Amino acid sequence: MQYSSQAVAKPYFIAAIGLFVGQILFGLIMGLQYVWGDFLFPEIPFNVARMVHTNLLIVWLLFGFMGAAYYIVPEETETELASPKLALALFWIFLVAGALTILGYLLVPYARLAEITGNGLLPTMGREFLEQPTITKIGIVIVALGFLYNITMTILKGRKTVISLVLLLGLWGLAVFFLFSFYNPANLVLDKYYWWWVVHLWVEGVWELILGSILAFVLIKVTGVDREIIEKWLYVIIAMTLITGIIGTGHHYYWIGTPEYWQWLGSVFSALEPIPFFMMVIFAFNMVNQRRREHPNKAATLWALGTPVMAFLGAGVWGFMHTLAPVNYYTHGTQITAAHGHMAFYGAYVMVVLAIISYAMPILRGRAAANSGKAQVVEMWAFWLMTVSMVFITLFLTGAGILQVWLQRVSEDPQPFMVVQEKIALFYWMREVAGLFFLTGLALYIISFFVGSREEEATV
Amino acid sequence: MSEKFTKAMARNIFYGGAVFFFLLFLALTFDTHGELPKRDHRENITEKVAMGKMVWEENDCIGCHTLLGEGAYFAPELGNVYKRFGNSKEGIIAFIKSRPPQGIEGRRSMPQFNLSDEELDALAEFLKWASEINTAGWPPNIQG
Ligand code: HEM
Ligand code: HEM
Ligand SMILES: [Fe+2]
Repeated sequence: MQYSSQAVAKPYFIAAIGLFVGQILFGLIMGLQYVWGDFLFPEIPFNVARMVHTNLLIVWLLFGFMGAAYYIVPEETETELASPKLALALFWIFLVAGALTILGYLLVPYARLAEITGNGLLPTMGREFLEQPTITKIGIVIVALGFLYNITMTILKGRKTVISLVLLLGLWGLAVFFLFSFYNPANLVLDKYYWWWVVHLWVEGVWELILGSILAFVLIKVTGVDREIIEKWLYVIIAMTLITGIIGTGHHYYWIGTPEYWQWLGSVFSALEPIPFFMMVIFAFNMVNQRRREHPNKAATLWALGTPVMAFLGAGVWGFMHTLAPVNYYTHGTQITAAHGHMAFYGAYVMVVLAIISYAMPILRGRAAANSGKAQVVEMWAFWLMTVSMVFITLFLTGAGILQVWLQRVSEDPQPFMVVQEKIALFYWMREVAGLFFLTGLALYIISFFVGSREEEATV
Repeated sequence: MSEKFTKAMARNIFYGGAVFFFLLFLALTFDTHGELPKRDHRENITEKVAMGKMVWEENDCIGCHTLLGEGAYFAPELGNVYKRFGNSKEGIIAFIKSRPPQGIEGRRSMPQFNLSDEELDALAEFLKWASEINTAGWPPNIQG
């Protein structure tokens, strides 16, 4: 570790991985409920499992982003973190607030949680991904402000690199667009319009800046390629992201009551959204091919190459599949959406967080650059198991989605939702099996932290 | 990338592009706000409809259902449920009221929320209003 304050990243990474496990367990519960309708009913109804699954995902990714920032920024700015104490305090606040919220979901009926937390005063609950009680949302904003203060002050006093500036911009954007979660008018159309300013402008906007800068950092480290070249790529990629992705929000404004010109705008611009993801693939492979050094951390390189490939498949290819308005007319809100959501989130954000953890964790644990060869082999097995399982989850959901669209929306004799769901149950069973393989991969990933710790560090 | 294309040029495209398209997005948002009243029939958003939306949110209905195609994919679309139930608020109310607390064996079960008559009526009124939004002809058919 070059700067001692980078050490605060470690608890963030550990918490991220712990919450990741929780996310997957609740995913498996829901996967079972899809085919065994009353599994755990009424103790854990589907909607409760779902908010635990998706909120844990978002929270652990946020832990990952914050950890990444605390690790990357001192090294990029060549100075210690402005306040490591604040970083540690915010870690505990965020973890406790997050845990209490999840316990709230699980232990009391949601309506009761809304009542206890005073949702009536400023109603923000009960919208997809934004289920957190209003006080939790306020807590998130406070933690984000403290975090941004810390990172901003560090960057102000140190060397200003493109990577740290892009990261900072992405993180500020994340916080600013989250503020739209407090706007919840009685008019459902307006509610939905601005809901997407959080959801879409996050994953297809500012989060891609965070993704790009973390990826660029890891690539500089493992390839030793000249910073000038990497930073130029980074600028071009994120330029394409925002040029296509901002108006691309229109692909969510086809059928929610918004004017019909959005069908054109949304289709054209979002059809271009795969471009920055494709450029990320070219970028990563080019940099690794032009590497100036052999880095002993092979696992980190694997994650850094896997991230753009899977992000391109999940966001780019699966996103494009249903983004044109005439197609979306039939696929909107079906298992096709779920298929895309899974591979895109995994490929882009899960994998980039695991990439920075893979690069940083050995160093945070006192190694010079990499884990033992044995630990890396286990980690790479985990990479393949999780990634291939996610491909299968996506394929099975896509199969379910195609049949659903056909039986319920296209065929001459459209059948009711519940009837169709029973007919396609086989695909849900296969998805659940693939999910169990994913869990195995995740278990292996965690095991990789405990094997070969006494053995020598891998060399090139 | 070629030598002639410098980092400064890339940076300018990024800042210029981001600012330009964000401003364009704001302008389009402004225009959308002007068009919406014709499509969302906001004159019909009574206090009852607003209360219905609160009941919808405070029971996290979106955690199982879609509403105008957004939400979860575990249970049927509800943006057009008013029409699917034969333009009937009573049908919606009766359905929600009659969910067995212990679920239905082996089947996807909807919770019994124990809503008051007032809440039930508000919820149905909200779903009726939602079914009247101009959604450009979506969903493709009554099954949602
Ligand atoms: C990493 C980037 C991305 C992530 C994490 C992501 C994730 C998601 C998620 C979770 C949803 C479901 C939202 C909901 O619950 O209603 C969604 C919807 C959608 N995404 Fe993406 N997405 C990404 C990129 C893209 C791209 C690049 C495209 C287009 C090329 C795209 C096209 C769509 C469309 C059209 C929908 C709406 C589906 C529907 O109508 O039901 N996404 N995305
Ligand atoms: C072990 C595997 C998993 C299983 C069985 C699983 C299962 C599910 C189920 C059943 C849903 C709800 C779909 C619905 O609304 O009807 C869901 C939603 C979701 N899951 Fe997973 N999940 C798994 C892993 C993951 C992973 C690894 C990620 C992230 C990378 C993820 C991200 C999401 C997201 C973003 C949604 C919301 C999707 C949307 O709104 O379109 N899940 N998951
Ligand atoms: Fe989107």
